[in-house]
Amino acid sequence: MSADVAVNDAPVQELVSRTPNQLAWERFKRNKAGLIAAVVTLLFIIAAFGAPIITGLWHLDPEKPYVDQLTPYGMPVGGSGISWAHPFGIEPQAGRDVFAMLLYGSRISFTLAIIAGVATIGLGLVIGTTVGYFGGWVDATIGRFSDFLLSFPQTFFIVALSLPLVQRVEATGIAHGNTARIVVLILFFSVFGWPAFARIIRSQVLSLRERDFVMAARSLGASTRRILFRELMPNLWSPTIVYLSLMLPSYLAAEAVFSYLGVGVQPPASTWGIVLSDSINYWQEDPAYLMIPALMLIVIVLALNVLGDAIRDALDPKADR
Amino acid sequence: MLKYIARRLAYTVVILILVSMSVYLIFSVLPMDPAALSCGVHCKPYIIEANRHRLGLDIPLWQQYWNFVRGLFVGRTYGEGSAAFSCPAPAFGYSFSRHACVTDLVKEAFPVTLSLAVGALVLWLIMGLTLGVVAARFKHRWPDRLATGFVLVGTSLPTFISGLMMLLFVVIKFNLVSPLDMGRWVSPFDNPVAFFKNFVFAWITLALAYAAIYTRLTRSSVIETSSEDYIRTARAKGLPEKLILRKHTLRAALAPIVTMAGLDFAGLLGGAIITEQVFNLPGLGRLSLRAVLQDYDLPTIVATTLLAATFVVVMNLIVDLLYAFIDPRVRVA
Repeated sequence: MSADVAVNDAPVQELVSRTPNQLAWERFKRNKAGLIAAVVTLLFIIAAFGAPIITGLWHLDPEKPYVDQLTPYGMPVGGSGISWAHPFGIEPQAGRDVFAMLLYGSRISFTLAIIAGVATIGLGLVIGTTVGYFGGWVDATIGRFSDFLLSFPQTFFIVALSLPLVQRVEATGIAHGNTARIVVLILFFSVFGWPAFARIIRSQVLSLRERDFVMAARSLGASTRRILFRELMPNLWSPTIVYLSLMLPSYLAAEAVFSYLGVGVQPPASTWGIVLSDSINYWQEDPAYLMIPALMLIVIVLALNVLGDAIRDALDPKADR
Repeated sequence: MLKYIARRLAYTVVILILVSMSVYLIFSVLPMDPAALSCGVHCKPYIIEANRHRLGLDIPLWQQYWNFVRGLFVGRTYGEGSAAFSCPAPAFGYSFSRHACVTDLVKEAFPVTLSLAVGALVLWLIMGLTLGVVAARFKHRWPDRLATGFVLVGTSLPTFISGLMMLLFVVIKFNLVSPLDMGRWVSPFDNPVAFFKNFVFAWITLALAYAAIYTRLTRSSVIETSSEDYIRTARAKGLPEKLILRKHTLRAALAPIVTMAGLDFAGLLGGAIITEQVFNLPGLGRLSLRAVLQDYDLPTIVATTLLAATFVVVMNLIVDLLYAFIDPRVRVA
């Protein structure tokens, strides 16, 4: 009682109640590096998905060979061919505009990373929640299965199996060419990706399921499905969003690596990895052709990592890094 | 303890059998015919059938698997009569496109991968542990900020980009390794200098990526252990700070690091595909990448994949046992 009186006597102060989300947003806004990273990421994504509009405004055609910009030896005029009309230069030999190539290529990389990320998260969320809630033999079986899955050398599997699997996908007629390759990569990334995330979710659910609100829901006669999807899952969104934001950069980098190794997306598509593996042939004559995609990839992966860290700090202020 | 080891050992054997079965199964249901792949473009059907018989691919799958496993232990002979050729144990199969027993190919490539993995491990442990401990001791001051920056860059820089940059703008530009020597295996016992020159840039590339992760891990592990009661006790006893760090904090903080180092090392032993490809090192990773891209040489691919999986599974066992040795609480579980 006395506490109540004290509050009433104090000069009236505007008390604004804030939800945890608002608090997280305010913490996020204070993080300068995180904000910059968010802006950079947004710019990249807009540039990727707005590729047709941006190249159109710049009067560039991603498939047109700008032969007039090449020397008789097939190298860009003036070393890299960078000019106002071609801000990132000209591709050696084929003569395409590098700016347009990279924008269209990054659209493929982002699409792949986002779909694979969402699929990984989705699988991990559903499996982790189920396993954590039911426990017992379900938990043991799936736990062993994910151990088993993790003992496979992932890079080896992707390298070894992508070629025949792409043929399989093409044979079913679902997709062809690069679409089939993208489908296969998404499959691989999510199949090998979910166990790690499911483990995080499982441990969260283990403690959540003992909480009073779950018992309340159960005593009110809520179905298992309702408890899983309506009671438990809304409490899991903060690890989910953090994990997703850290998954995206690693999938972007992975796509680049497999394209570089020659088992991912193939030319004439022009993702960062493909352009990089082509640019090695001209690195001495045209270093810009190598540096531009390399820098783009480094910047976007760095920005996404910083953004992911910032989101984690905002959502989980206790985590002291 | 003995019972724990026995149980863990049995589990590992089961996993190994399961993994080998699934690898074998996955690769045999592929839409590729290894017999047809065994003889180029201008192949006659009867040659394919003869090869199928010689390679033992005309019998049921479980028998093929059985022959494969038997080959691992007692060696294997392909074909009959004067045309027969055999691979001594452990026989991983016969590569038609290379005209060699896969085991010989693996034997040639493994020292390269092993050298790469060991050198990188040593380098990244030194870097990661030092930086991590320094960052933890100067928490929130400039050495810590510097380490955090290093972690961010190191984890964001894909190895194939850092490797390429290193190769093109350092090694080739300054002519540090002659192009003729590059990618040739030199034993450290024959010519230590050439060996070192061949590997040092690949070590640095790999170590940079891993050191970043280990810096972060060491830092958080040391900070966490520093707040334990027994560390406070040691400090109250008046032990010098250096001794506390070395004898009390680090010893406890090392357990998770050892575990992770073991698994990362095992992952590399199977072949560091990306680094080997960038630096043109003829290790297991490049062996399998070439087998995939050139002619889909199935026996080699099955062997390298299986080998890589085996390293991971066996190292898992070793790490678990080591952990039980360090931390007695694990044994009860």
